[in-house]
Amino acid sequence: MTTAAEPSLEVGKGRLRKEDARLITGRTRWTDNISLPGMLHMAMLRSPMAHARITNIDTSEARQMPGVLAVVTGADLADSQGSLPCAWPITEDMKSPDAPSMAVNQVNFAGEVVAAVVARSAAEAHDALEGIDVDYDELPVVLDMAEAIADGADLVHPDLGTNKSATWVFDSAEAGTGGNVDEAIASAEVTVERTFRQQRLIPAFMEPRSVVVDPTGEQVTMWSATQVPHILRLMLAMTLGVPEHKVRVIAPDVGGGFGGKLQVTPEEVITFLLAQQLGRPVKYTESRSESLSSAHHGRDQLQKLTIAAQRDGTVTGLKVELLADMGAYLRLVTPGVPILGAFMYNAIYKIPAYHFSCTNVFTTKTPTDAYRGAGRPEATFAIERMMDELAAELGMEPLELREKNWIKHEEFPYTTVSTLTYDSGNYEAATAKAKELFDYDGLRREQAERRQRGDTVQLGIGISTFTEMCGLAPSRVLGSLSYGAGGWEHGAIRMLPTGKVEVITGSSAHGQGHETAWSQIVADRLGVPFEDIEVLHGDTQSSPRGLDTYGSRSLTVGAMAVLAAADKVIEKAKPIAAHMMECSPDDLEFSGGKFTVRGTDTSTGITDIALAVFAAHDLPDGVEPSLDADATFDPENFSFPHGTHLCAAEVDTETGQVRLRSYVCVDDVGKVVNPLIVEGQVHGGLVQGIAQALFEEAVYDESGTLMTGTLADYLVPSAADMPSFTTDRTETPSTTNALGVKGVGEAGTIASTPAVVNAIVDAIRHFGVNDVEMPCTPMRVWQAIQGGAQSAAGPGSESGGGVGSLDTQGGAR
Amino acid sequence: MIPAEFDYVAPTTVDDAVRALADAGEDAKVLAGGQSLIPVLRMRLAAPTKLIDLGKVAELRGVREEGNALVIGAMTSHYDVVRDPLIAEHAQLIAMATSTVADPQVRHRGTFGGSLAHADPAGDLLAPALALDAEMVVHGMDGRRVIPASEFFVDYFTTALRQGELLTDVRVPKYTGWHAHYEKFNRVAQAWSIVGVAAAVQVEGHTIQQARVGLTNMSSVPVRATGVERALIGQEATPEAIKAAAEHAVEGTMPVADGNADAAYREHLAKVLTSRAVTAACG
Repeated sequence: MTTAAEPSLEVGKGRLRKEDARLITGRTRWTDNISLPGMLHMAMLRSPMAHARITNIDTSEARQMPGVLAVVTGADLADSQGSLPCAWPITEDMKSPDAPSMAVNQVNFAGEVVAAVVARSAAEAHDALEGIDVDYDELPVVLDMAEAIADGADLVHPDLGTNKSATWVFDSAEAGTGGNVDEAIASAEVTVERTFRQQRLIPAFMEPRSVVVDPTGEQVTMWSATQVPHILRLMLAMTLGVPEHKVRVIAPDVGGGFGGKLQVTPEEVITFLLAQQLGRPVKYTESRSESLSSAHHGRDQLQKLTIAAQRDGTVTGLKVELLADMGAYLRLVTPGVPILGAFMYNAIYKIPAYHFSCTNVFTTKTPTDAYRGAGRPEATFAIERMMDELAAELGMEPLELREKNWIKHEEFPYTTVSTLTYDSGNYEAATAKAKELFDYDGLRREQAERRQRGDTVQLGIGISTFTEMCGLAPSRVLGSLSYGAGGWEHGAIRMLPTGKVEVITGSSAHGQGHETAWSQIVADRLGVPFEDIEVLHGDTQSSPRGLDTYGSRSLTVGAMAVLAAADKVIEKAKPIAAHMMECSPDDLEFSGGKFTVRGTDTSTGITDIALAVFAAHDLPDGVEPSLDADATFDPENFSFPHGTHLCAAEVDTETGQVRLRSYVCVDDVGKVVNPLIVEGQVHGGLVQGIAQALFEEAVYDESGTLMTGTLADYLVPSAADMPSFTTDRTETPSTTNALGVKGVGEAGTIASTPAVVNAIVDAIRHFGVNDVEMPCTPMRVWQAIQGGAQSAAGPGSESGGGVGSLDTQGGAR
Repeated sequence: MIPAEFDYVAPTTVDDAVRALADAGEDAKVLAGGQSLIPVLRMRLAAPTKLIDLGKVAELRGVREEGNALVIGAMTSHYDVVRDPLIAEHAQLIAMATSTVADPQVRHRGTFGGSLAHADPAGDLLAPALALDAEMVVHGMDGRRVIPASEFFVDYFTTALRQGELLTDVRVPKYTGWHAHYEKFNRVAQAWSIVGVAAAVQVEGHTIQQARVGLTNMSSVPVRATGVERALIGQEATPEAIKAAAEHAVEGTMPVADGNADAAYREHLAKVLTSRAVTAACG
């Protein structure tokens, strides 16, 4: 039993999340259930063509249809819509096409908006799409990155003169952080070269994107299912030329994002313009199929790696050459996503020579952008696959090879060949714990036995000893990468007269549990009950400054700002407490929500001070009648969670079916604020990473049509497809923030994909297999065992089951 | 997405439903559990002018005995089929296949007759119906007729139902004392079969007396693996005999390629899964 005087600490408690009751029951405000007086509804007509000139659009029939108030085409918006922002010009000569929200003369991917209807009801708006007639003059599609950069290739944007957007290079010899990689490869005792394909993925957040714009007030208010209300407000002002102070953006409860809602979308801009034009509130909510075909995709890289080593396993060099598919346009951070990976290919290893180059390529596909991990899963996959391949080449135990090369715990802080300084870590501890939980040696024995007796079901063990950089990010680092903004975060505390506390955060939760975690942190710092704290976020009016939520930054950056604001509140309260208790401020101690006069039992609570400040009848001279405070925190460094993930996969060699038998991960995310939330993040992250390994892929046919345009075709797994995870932690505190915490939002996704593919390859390596392309479908695994050519799983159209190719014209035919 | 506008009627008897269907003409669609039709409507891949909802026709639900056959009402939900004691006793294969359909939500809404009339070759209930020589009882304005399963499935999403005809019941001969297994192969739990094999056997001692084998998604319609059946009958249920019989599984199939499997892989799967299904059925 705790007393009010000695509350137990909140940080570290596995509290159930405050926000869950309303989120789970749906008794909350999502964008799509907002209904305003006089509100109109919009529907979008989307191009079924991947690449075509628009020769004519006839909207006359649609204009006559019931309930229709407006039908607009790109020509109508050409002067007002501006170009959608790309905030990350990775090189000075990066080529970036104009990115209209609504296509004007040409469409460059199937799913691009070509017209919109505003009507009194959503049904009338959808019906009227069928009254729009678009004539297209087809252009050659550009689907393959290697072909796209060959001489004489058809061009996505002919005015750019090339399909190459930019090439970004890091070379350790040039940077002075390491040796020359070509020399390392030339003089190596062993080299291994592999090319991996990072298939295109779709974020597939649960809540489709939705936007409501109300132009009827002095400020135009936009509600949007976005991760980034603050960035969105700024970008609306910069893109459309509307004064920033005349725009308010609200992200109400948002049903997931995974980076997919880290965007300024064509739909937001179009809705904004139409609401302004009509002078009435307008709502647009996408269908699932529209979401899958036109919201940005993720990954899609070709990765060529060459690793050089000595016979004893010492890695001497790593060369990484990437092609990254931008899709048809550069969205908010599209070009920078593969570049984030540049710092992570060296991972936890001491690699003396490193070269990274990435060429960003335009294709006539949906634009890519951030998706959970953004650049780091790709890098982690490639290096962890390579370590297994190198181990096989050397005949070494793959964990021993890793240990031989990884940074030892006593070597931290450690500056890597790619210039990052890892503040802390203990790879030995996480690995030892994971091995024990996994029964590593026992499974290795069983693997040998199954192989010995030629069992139909072969067992493989996959390893991923990952780290990642998150907590985006130190502003000066972002500046050095030409990113268009800083990486700080803002927080504020409002002390209410009744002793309750409002916490304002610039982080914008969309499922992470900030309300619970921030309450725990502030409860400890201010000594007020968890229940007495309300966390406000996601509205540019109530949380005026912020850079929002992505890149596992909320706790390591956002919560630090809140903590700093809480410290300011205590400092502001101190002279008032001293005045109330008639002592010197220097004699006061603050603990458990009370200022105590040192050496006495005289004390006063911070909530009593809040009431006294409200009354303001008797404050010291020169003290403002407010305890409220705000703070902005800019991190000194990234945060570097790490861990060891071990996967046991059973491969049915007769069918190629993969069954995950066990999955153990020991993550080190530093100090933990709420273990239940961490557990949830790890589980969800694992599933998303495993889904890349086994299930998910955005597939286009030869005409550039998305074949996986429904959730019947794009295989998002469910709990039934997953093993029971064994999760555990080691705790090596970060040394670069006040709580010792690290990010956890992306770790599971980053770590798990290579663990699964390594396990599959390990199970069937004795058939001569050294890679299976992702997703590792039963057919691909079976064909690999047969020694057949790797199938690209070409889509067909005739079979039953699934919905197959979709009409992407917003359903209009 | 929002479906195009349509008229809606919800009759309460088979007679009323048949009349409504006749009145509505060729642009009408029958709504059973809606697990296939509603998504198609929402994506506007179809735009019928009238929906005739059978949800209120009580006489179409339930399972009863009629002599040597079971009669399964077309609107009996998958969930009820899986739990039905008569089906468990006399048509175990149907219960087993039905239990693999999609997910619990779909099994509560989706119906036995709806699945058969939808005739998706990847649907799991077609092959068992074919293998067990089920009969489709249909009603139209011209009265009642019975179509054997072997004639019912015509092509992709196409049956022998004529315009204005309603599938009302499915008669399944009793296979009391037989053993069965449905071997489903898919990539995620709620997905359609890439290939499925329905097997029912009657075994005396160790000898296979009778065998029924049907294949899911190996052609535009379900396929009866008669070659496998012939090869099994009279054999001892040994792994070697079953494996040899399963080699006949691809006879008469015309598998297609899609994102999950090419034709050669489907043929390979058909053999492996047939062997497994028969082995499991034989116990």
